[in-house]
Amino acid sequence: MAKVLIKGNEAVAEAAIRSGCRYYFGYPITPQTEIAEYMAKKMPKVGGLCLQAESEVAAINMVYGAAASGVRVMTSSSSPGISLKSEGVSYIVGCDLPCVILNVQRGGPGLGGIQPSQSDYYQATKALGHGDMQLFVLAPSSVQEMAQLTADAFGIADKYRMPVLLLADGALGQMMEPVDFDMLHFTPEPEKPWAVNGHGGKRKKNIITSLFLKPEELEANVLERDKKYKTVNENEVRYESYMCDDADIIIVSFGITARISKAAVNDAREKGIKAGLLRPVTLSPFPSEILKKLSDTASAFLSVELNMGQMVNDVKLAVECKKPVYFYGRTGGSLMSSADVLDQIEKIAGGLK
Amino acid sequence: MTNKIILAGFGGQGILFLGKKLAVSGMDKGLNVTWLPSYGPEQRGGTCNCSVILSDNDISSPIIGNPDILVAFNIQSYEKFMPRISSGGILFADSTLIDKRPERDDIKSYFIPATQIANDIGMPKLVNVVMLGYFIKNTDIFTADYIRSAITDSLPASKAELREANGRAFDLGYGYNG
Repeated sequence: MAKVLIKGNEAVAEAAIRSGCRYYFGYPITPQTEIAEYMAKKMPKVGGLCLQAESEVAAINMVYGAAASGVRVMTSSSSPGISLKSEGVSYIVGCDLPCVILNVQRGGPGLGGIQPSQSDYYQATKALGHGDMQLFVLAPSSVQEMAQLTADAFGIADKYRMPVLLLADGALGQMMEPVDFDMLHFTPEPEKPWAVNGHGGKRKKNIITSLFLKPEELEANVLERDKKYKTVNENEVRYESYMCDDADIIIVSFGITARISKAAVNDAREKGIKAGLLRPVTLSPFPSEILKKLSDTASAFLSVELNMGQMVNDVKLAVECKKPVYFYGRTGGSLMSSADVLDQIEKIAGGLK
Repeated sequence: MTNKIILAGFGGQGILFLGKKLAVSGMDKGLNVTWLPSYGPEQRGGTCNCSVILSDNDISSPIIGNPDILVAFNIQSYEKFMPRISSGGILFADSTLIDKRPERDDIKSYFIPATQIANDIGMPKLVNVVMLGYFIKNTDIFTADYIRSAITDSLPASKAELREANGRAFDLGYGYNG
């Protein structure tokens, strides 16, 4: 099939269906409603179900139930709606269930605005729910990648039995770019012997719960899950490294701002400044090791984000104070231009001389 | 080569469609393209715009600060975006609805009474196709044949009268000498 011009939101929905997702539960909110629209149109044609729940809370709990029965399932929302889902997300983590959640971020806090933002970085990577928990967080930066990472998300969720959060933004969700769906690779759905899906009394019953009233039982449960997180952190880190090998100044940026930063890196190189870009594709697990390694050769780091400075702190932790880490961001729905990022690079380069 | 194009006007004038047509045509030609609509509480009759970027390089941001080309379909869009056209850029405007002229000598201006022309042929909804013809005539991004058939071929053969009308609207825009 040739390339098609498609919105990021629609690309996620199409990739999910091609990944074998047959259940979608959601509640409308700008700027991601095209996903529900697309699912409503396509799911009945493939024997699936698209259901508009009465609220975000209901939608995530329907995901909880569907995931427990062993099917591929997803929900999507935008920032305020994602906050509402947080209780359900924690339950899903506590039950070790796989599912895919998409956050097409808009400006906050509160109802905020409807324009692109990355201000839910902390929420996504630190605490989208109570308890000792970690999500797997993927950050696409093009519409093609919105599709591919959706396909990957279902595989990762099943492999580790954990929710995978796709962290996009209003620009990626709303923009159209060419996508080649035939280029996508998929992970087949594994057997799920743990699922609660009815068995006619032929096997021992499965129990799925996040309730452990005895402290020692809960501790054992959390410790067991923590082993999984360690495996994930060791094996699943993904990033794109662009001109970092000889770079003096390394920009760290994800999603839409990584593209803007890449243009700024090219402009800086033309001006004789050795800049590079390290783009985390997984935000959790975070690519700390490569940043630590790069801190041996680079002179400074610059975190470029659509918020007031969130990922910059993970960069600082990774770099361990060996090199200065600067921050540049816009917030509230505004985006920076590549010229704005270039200004920041030049300022840092001036200070280094 | 990079072209940053903003198309703007009222909801219902076929602006998002026109932008998508340009983006798909660019994609089919092998260019990198992005299309980004204004989004939010939009409504028919309210203002609407979309940003289209066509480039043979990677496109960093789909958001356009200063367009190389503005296609304005109403006075509000003209007043909002005309001052932002980059120096050396091009303005296309519907003179039926826009009675002002830019006081800038660093941009090229093309005015066409697109709404009037579309009304005259009894197809007021084809104002966007009239404008497209005029746009194609005065830019060298796409050839006329390529875009004309992209428009008519997107309509099913069963809608022969619509194909004919779209072709005619395109030709009137293409042939307009203001």
